Amino acid sequence: MIKLIGLVPLFPLIGFLINGFIGKKLSKGVSGAIGSFSILASFVVSLLIFIELNGSAQKSHVVDLFSWISSGNLQVPFSFLVDPLSALFLLIITGIGFLIHVYSVGYMHEDEGFSRFFTYLNLFVFFMLLLVLGNNYLIMFVGWEGVGLCSYLLIGFWFKNTAYNNAAKKAFVINRIGDLGFLLGIILIFFTFNTISYGEVFKLANTGIAAQGTITAIALLLFIGAMGKSAQIPLYTWLPDAMAGPTPVSALIHAATMVTAGIYMIVRSNIFYSMSDVASETVAVVGAATALFAATIGMVQTDIKKVLAYSTVSQLGLMFLALGAGAYSSAVFHVATHAFFKALLFLGAGSVIHAMGGEQDIRKMGALKKALPVTFFTMAIGTIAISGIPPFSGFFSKDEILAHVYEENKLLWFIGSVTSMLTAFYMFRMFYLTFFGKFRGTHEQEHHLHESPKSMTVPLIVLAILAALGGVMGLPEFWGTHNWIADYLSPLIYRKNPSILSHETEWVLMGLAVAAAAVSIYTAYNVYRKNNILPAAKEEDMGGAERFVYHKYKVDEFYEAVITKPLNLISEAFYKFFDLKIVDGIVNGTGQAVNWFSELIRKLQTGNIGFYILAMVAGIVAILFTSLF
Amino acid sequence: MNNILLQSSIQVIPINWYILLSAALFTIGALGVMFRRNAIIIFMCIELMLNAVNLLLVAFSSFHSDAAGQVFVFFIMAVAAAEVAVGLAILTMIYRNVKSIDIDLLGNLKN
Repeated sequence: MIKLIGLVPLFPLIGFLINGFIGKKLSKGVSGAIGSFSILASFVVSLLIFIELNGSAQKSHVVDLFSWISSGNLQVPFSFLVDPLSALFLLIITGIGFLIHVYSVGYMHEDEGFSRFFTYLNLFVFFMLLLVLGNNYLIMFVGWEGVGLCSYLLIGFWFKNTAYNNAAKKAFVINRIGDLGFLLGIILIFFTFNTISYGEVFKLANTGIAAQGTITAIALLLFIGAMGKSAQIPLYTWLPDAMAGPTPVSALIHAATMVTAGIYMIVRSNIFYSMSDVASETVAVVGAATALFAATIGMVQTDIKKVLAYSTVSQLGLMFLALGAGAYSSAVFHVATHAFFKALLFLGAGSVIHAMGGEQDIRKMGALKKALPVTFFTMAIGTIAISGIPPFSGFFSKDEILAHVYEENKLLWFIGSVTSMLTAFYMFRMFYLTFFGKFRGTHEQEHHLHESPKSMTVPLIVLAILAALGGVMGLPEFWGTHNWIADYLSPLIYRKNPSILSHETEWVLMGLAVAAAAVSIYTAYNVYRKNNILPAAKEEDMGGAERFVYHKYKVDEFYEAVITKPLNLISEAFYKFFDLKIVDGIVNGTGQAVNWFSELIRKLQTGNIGFYILAMVAGIVAILFTSLF
Repeated sequence: MNNILLQSSIQVIPINWYILLSAALFTIGALGVMFRRNAIIIFMCIELMLNAVNLLLVAFSSFHSDAAGQVFVFFIMAVAAAEVAVGLAILTMIYRNVKSIDIDLLGNLKN
């Protein structure tokens, strides 16, 4: 079965081709079925491969498909790597991808770009699978760029809206900055190790043939790529704007899969990070800063999708914090549980938006509990899971991360814990404002309220089960239970540092985390449920500090003033001086010189044969004389 | 016997004179081609140049007792005859079209 790994990305590719070329001629039902079943087929193959991999003693299989690039000493075979990490990501991508495809059939039902939507979605899954399956950095890079492209296409899916188009462009451009770092990292890896295949690179790196500085440089360059793709400070600003895309896109690409590519890449290259303290600390600090920063912004957002977007940025920050602390398997664990509950929350939010007729402002919602019972119940599970309440999945992954961070650095642990508290608060704030209190929308909206169709609620229920029970993947060791995911991933973690915490400390940390979450939830309950306090309806009513945070700390304005404007000015100056004067001057000058010279020479061509012959004879005589004397 | 007599009678005159005569004929031909406007005269001048060369070839052939020069002359004469046939035909056509053989009137292709 593992030999058939090529089938996994093949099915979405076929779905993409069918929907892309003849999708418009197909009915919506057929188009959606092709899109969904191609992913289901991949999921089934992935599941069989996963089972076979677990059963076999050999944990890493390289499947060569064909020779791709062969140039000098650069040999890049097109080969796939099946190991615990890629197999797990396959399951997440195809499993959650399938649920979201099914959900999209209901959500996008009335959209005229229905088949185009599934075309892009299938293409995205194809590239994402390429990203995690590739056996060298170049295939990963191809997938990396491909998902960036699909992200662009899907954010700007409703391309008639200029603001959405701008959001798409912003995502693309900011990702380019990260991609450049990633590309430089790959080039540096090639120059250092003369190969870019994972196995060989890691083996060589482990022998210590590369200088410490080079390792640090590689790790930091790769991290720049991860910053762009996984929305970390300073390149995170695109992700909240990416919410312009349809909600299933936000769930699949901007919460569950694509944004975790950076984490996948760092876990894959974990040897560089464990060899370089500088790089690890950078990752940890950036992660912690992002987690806290985004969580504070999430506290005051009023758009339901923006709240979830900042929550995603914040949770990704937490994952990077784990990576920086060397807890690679915990980060992957959190990727998995986060994929469950964040996809669930986004799809739930989509269901709410669907019922509200496109309204996204939580100030205009309220009391949706009765009208949307399934959505309410599943979103409750998602909210509890992300807040870290046992025994839901988020609790286990978050707690594991915080315990590992505590070993490494107490300050970062504190930041992480505060972030978790804030997370619980803003998630319950959103939850209470959406589902409880009085309905605050218009009459038509109230009349229009309805539970979503089966194709949307079934994925919600499945995801809710996963979000509730996903924690069994990594039950803590100190409970005397088996931490499956840590064992499962251990073959590809090169340097492990065993846990030094005593069981008592771990119990205390866990208790603190739960207590903190409980306090936050109680506060949110008190403010938004019991006293029914609403966020300010208009910007003018907000306090100065609140308004500042509401405007995302004016980071976009800051980038605009510090980077975009000067860049535009410099470009303008270069255009006016260098382009118009020098480049155009050289080009036009060449033309003019040729013209002028031809005008001069043209006078020789009189058309008088006698003159030509005279010139010829004169020439011959001149040649004779010069050769004679 | 006859041949040898002819050869010796050619060699009575020193080679320099032949060279000078050829050069003079060639120059007259070249100047005629350059400065005359009548197409037939230009034609004759070209023939003059060809024959100046022929004369030189024959003279050297005789002085060096080498037949190769005379073979060249025959070739040149044959080619010149063919050229005259074509050239005169062209001239006839030109005359029929423009009623003149003044080459300056033939600058029409220029514009």
